[in-house]
Amino acid sequence: MRFALRRLGFFVITLWAALTLNFLLPRLMPGNPALAMLSKFHGQLGPGTLHALEVLFGVNTQKGLLAQYFSYLHQVFTGNFGPSLDFYPEPVTSVIGSAIWWTLGLVGIVTILAFLLGTGLGIVSAWRRGGRLDSVLPPVFVITSAIPYFWMGMVLVLIFGITLGWLPTEGGYYVSTDSPGLNLTFFQDVLSHAALPALALLITTIGTWILTMRNTMITTLAEDYVRMARAKGLPGRRIMVDYAARNAILPNLTGFAMSLGFVVSGAILIEYVFNYPGVGYMLLQAVQGEDYPLEQALFLLITVAVLVAILIADIATALLDPRTRTGG
Amino acid sequence: MSMPISGVPTAPDTGQLPGTAPGPAGAGQARLPARHALARMGRAIRSNRKAAAGTVLLAIFLFAALFPGLIAHDDPGADAYQPKLGISTAHLLGTTAQGQDMWAQLVWGTRNVMIIAFVVGLAATGIAVLIGVAAAYLGGLWDGSLSLLTDVLLVIPLFPLLIIIAGYAHGGGTLVLILVITVTSWSYTARQLRSQALSLRKRDFLEAARVRGERRLYIVVVEIIPTMTSLIVAAFLTNALYAVLFASSLQFIGLGDPNTQSWGTMLYWAQNNAALQTGQPMWALAPGACIAALGAAFALLNYAFDEIGNPALRPVRRKRVTRA
Amino acid sequence: MEHGAVRAVEDVTFDLAPGEFIGVVGESGCGKSTMLFAIAQLLAPPAEITSGSVTFAGRSLVGLTDSQLAAVRWKDLSVVMQSAMNALNPVKSIGSQFKDAMRAHGERSKAEIAGRSAEVLRMVGIDPVHLKSYPHQLSGGMRQRSMIAMAMLFTPDLVIMDEPTSALDVVAQRSLMVQIKDLQQRLGFAIIFVTHDMSLVRHFSDRLMVMYAGQVAEFGPTRQVFDAPLHPYSAGLMEAFPSIRGPRLPLTGIPGSPPDLARPPAGCRFAPRCPKVTDDCLTTPPALYQAGQVQVRCLLHRPAQGPTQNLRNENFAPGSPGDSVSSVATGGATGSVATEEGGSDE
Repeated sequence: MRFALRRLGFFVITLWAALTLNFLLPRLMPGNPALAMLSKFHGQLGPGTLHALEVLFGVNTQKGLLAQYFSYLHQVFTGNFGPSLDFYPEPVTSVIGSAIWWTLGLVGIVTILAFLLGTGLGIVSAWRRGGRLDSVLPPVFVITSAIPYFWMGMVLVLIFGITLGWLPTEGGYYVSTDSPGLNLTFFQDVLSHAALPALALLITTIGTWILTMRNTMITTLAEDYVRMARAKGLPGRRIMVDYAARNAILPNLTGFAMSLGFVVSGAILIEYVFNYPGVGYMLLQAVQGEDYPLEQALFLLITVAVLVAILIADIATALLDPRTRTGG
Repeated sequence: MSMPISGVPTAPDTGQLPGTAPGPAGAGQARLPARHALARMGRAIRSNRKAAAGTVLLAIFLFAALFPGLIAHDDPGADAYQPKLGISTAHLLGTTAQGQDMWAQLVWGTRNVMIIAFVVGLAATGIAVLIGVAAAYLGGLWDGSLSLLTDVLLVIPLFPLLIIIAGYAHGGGTLVLILVITVTSWSYTARQLRSQALSLRKRDFLEAARVRGERRLYIVVVEIIPTMTSLIVAAFLTNALYAVLFASSLQFIGLGDPNTQSWGTMLYWAQNNAALQTGQPMWALAPGACIAALGAAFALLNYAFDEIGNPALRPVRRKRVTRA
Repeated sequence: MEHGAVRAVEDVTFDLAPGEFIGVVGESGCGKSTMLFAIAQLLAPPAEITSGSVTFAGRSLVGLTDSQLAAVRWKDLSVVMQSAMNALNPVKSIGSQFKDAMRAHGERSKAEIAGRSAEVLRMVGIDPVHLKSYPHQLSGGMRQRSMIAMAMLFTPDLVIMDEPTSALDVVAQRSLMVQIKDLQQRLGFAIIFVTHDMSLVRHFSDRLMVMYAGQVAEFGPTRQVFDAPLHPYSAGLMEAFPSIRGPRLPLTGIPGSPPDLARPPAGCRFAPRCPKVTDDCLTTPPALYQAGQVQVRCLLHRPAQGPTQNLRNENFAPGSPGDSVSSVATGGATGSVATEEGGSDE
């Protein structure tokens, strides 16, 4: 129970840190960027917008820093992130709403696949030390973990999109011909458009999962209880799964969740390369278009997503490890 | 507990290596002076294939960064040639859409990348050592707050943060990139260093130093840090790797200064000119491959260090013993 | 970094009769645990058996794969380890670990499994309700005893114990030893019991083996080895344990430390520390000589007519066919371990 409280406390603090960063950054930058933004939209912004921008970025305000801070927090907690400037006058929240499903799908599927494949390969590779898998995998994935995400995307575009022409390389679906909704063509096209981005993301992120699982597994295999399981004459598969893997995976779960930040970074770059209409692509466009309210909101969103993932991993660890359950 | 088998030694150790204590392996282990550790690492590198491969790659890039003029004879910035030429002996990689020699760009761009890698690597590792060891050694409230800072920075997604900061700065030059990446990316290695420092705290030789009355700073600098040499080197490699990846990613999306010669900026221009779609794949493939290769060099060396530090991870050759 | 192959166990040979209790003592690093795991074919890389044989009930165990060994494991030969906290799977309940072993050997009936599990727990004095408990929920003594109970599941012929009492306090140690001896007498299994504490095995073992630096220093009936140790090392050990009722003697230890097995000394391995060392000892490695009922590896007891390697203890001839006898003739069980000069620094 205490552990859960501490964890929640940590999340709150992290969230607070992200909010504070959002608050401080534009005010710290030389020449408040929001001023530039205001002049760009000179005259086009309504009073409500102006007020929201004032609170978010501290432009045209007479209040001291601390007072600004509190009105900022207040505004954020009422869910008002201001309007998107690129998509004016749509509020930021609804702009994000359209993009979030694409990224969720992409990142979600890749994460699950990477987890299953990654831990599976890591477990088997460690179990058969010195076997073919074990000698091939580590060096291969050491190298793939160094490949920049976007480059992987570009390579795949070149091979499968341009040279072979098997899969589309742009967008989330065929915008001109598809009608989004519950129809088969749409689904098929969504899948075919997601294939290359997903593959790129999978290849670049799976390496870490395989390697950390393999290394923890190797350490676990040296434990006495594994030796004991051998001594009892248990079949190899059971030892590998029930005695070794179940213990090896525990310390990794939270680590996997924390590495979600990297998966997200990868997703941003890959969405950029493929013009995939997710939040990553949106973030980059917002930055290039100087749509600060949108940027800020997206940053918070991504942070919250990572925190939620960690929370889920913590819960999973607690459920799987009887020592935490029964307070041992 | 029962009495141990060998009684209390009454004579000084003979035939033992200096600094080792008798008894079960693992207790009372000695620490090696830093130069001894470095010599050991040197030997280990030579015998480990991954380390050897990584070192060779790194050496190639270092050479290219230091002496680019020896390898590429053209001025990378000059739009002096016919645009969109293919590979030829005159232009090893062809020319860009603006008529610049790609090979020259690639080679001269190495310098920017290596500078970023090493400066950020060193600076971020320095911060990580400072914070990690201080947290472990000072303990208490210091440890609590430093660890909290580290963990928060660890969880906050760095790349989006970098994008936003770089966006506010309207894309700075290399210096801004270095600064920004250094300030945000030290947390992972700080955590690793902290846990190692924590486990070292309990070792006997530190107790001995404390009992001798040595001051804390002395203990930290002279006793703890040299013992952590190989982990510090590994941390440097990790930070350098991420510096290269982050920096080139930022440059790729246009948040670095697009006019600097670097692999990331090459990719930016390639993407902007739809290189892949217009039959100039080399423009995108070559710099990306270099980033991957340099990253692989760091990763290989890092992996090799893992194996060196933990013999259990080394490649195992399976043998079956025949019945004797 | 030194990559030396270390011969952790060398030239250890003995026969074990049914129901016999052999104690193996030696200081840390003498190879006793390695030998134990070598016998049970439980060594893991980088350790391996490089030569020798282990014959159990007429069957050779060395070189068999895990699946070939599975039939023998636990049914005929079980293992008790030092720390139950480490030897029991922390994420599974005690009962499910018992069940694993039984199902691996073909027992399918839930009732049978539950019944037998409860039975062995009662044998060691633990309430069967603890079958549902996880290892971390039990006290140290209970954990250790449940590990012993698990070893009893199939009433094996041989139980190998690696310092099962070291993790316990003195009182618990004694009661556990009594329990072990009691089980042995009831169920009739043989025991190889490794420990660094000789006082434990003094009253319980039939024969005592003293190991030093990977080799057998002395081996014979416990009473003899205890009361009249022939090897200077054994003698030194006995002197380190003064009798609680005897006269007050000055406490002497054995100065120095065991040799580095990556580079063993040329002559007798104990010579650097031996109070009775002669010049010969430094150059001639002693073989195992027979001195009455005891084997001893010391030049002081070299028979006049030259060294004879008498490797079988005459008073314990192999049992008649049908008895389960295990004999261990190890040329060497080698641990290929990367040793580092001066110890590791992380």
